[in-house]
Amino acid sequence: MFEGKKIIILGDRDGVPGPAIEECMKPHGVQIVFSTTECFV
Amino acid sequence: MDLENQRRVKELAEKFGAHDLVVVLGGAEAEASGLAAETVTAGDPAFAGSLAGVQLGLAVYHIFELKDYLDAQAYDDQVELMEMVLDVEAIKAEVSCIRSMYSKYTLDGGNSHGTS
Repeated sequence: MFEGKKIIILGDRDGVPGPAIEECMKPHGVQIVFSTTECFV
Repeated sequence: MDLENQRRVKELAEKFGAHDLVVVLGGAEAEASGLAAETVTAGDPAFAGSLAGVQLGLAVYHIFELKDYLDAQAYDDQVELMEMVLDVEAIKAEVSCIRSMYSKYTLDGGNSHGTS
């Protein structure tokens, strides 16, 4: 499903942060091209 | 959505092309997640950042929507706790709605209007 995809991660400090999403995506061999954790406060 | 992040997303779309890019959100609220999804598909609704008037149509999903497709152990370790405190169904419904309206691409490679 994720084959060949390049992933942009927009995490949320009060939701799911970027690093947590990265850990979920890494086992699938995707290329994470940008990861950040926004703060909406 | 953060103005600097809008600039980065636009640059990445220009560098790699929109077809293979997938945006994964971790937003805590349905409204904020929907606004982020709208920004990377239909353009910045606030007309403040680099994506104002730029309809990238990227494939965009909240991490909660991808649960069934991700490594179960990693998801349990990293995300499951937040499922217990956030309005998962509202967030999923909002992002899915935005995607069905504005995304030109989906994770399965098809056009969102024709395959989902």
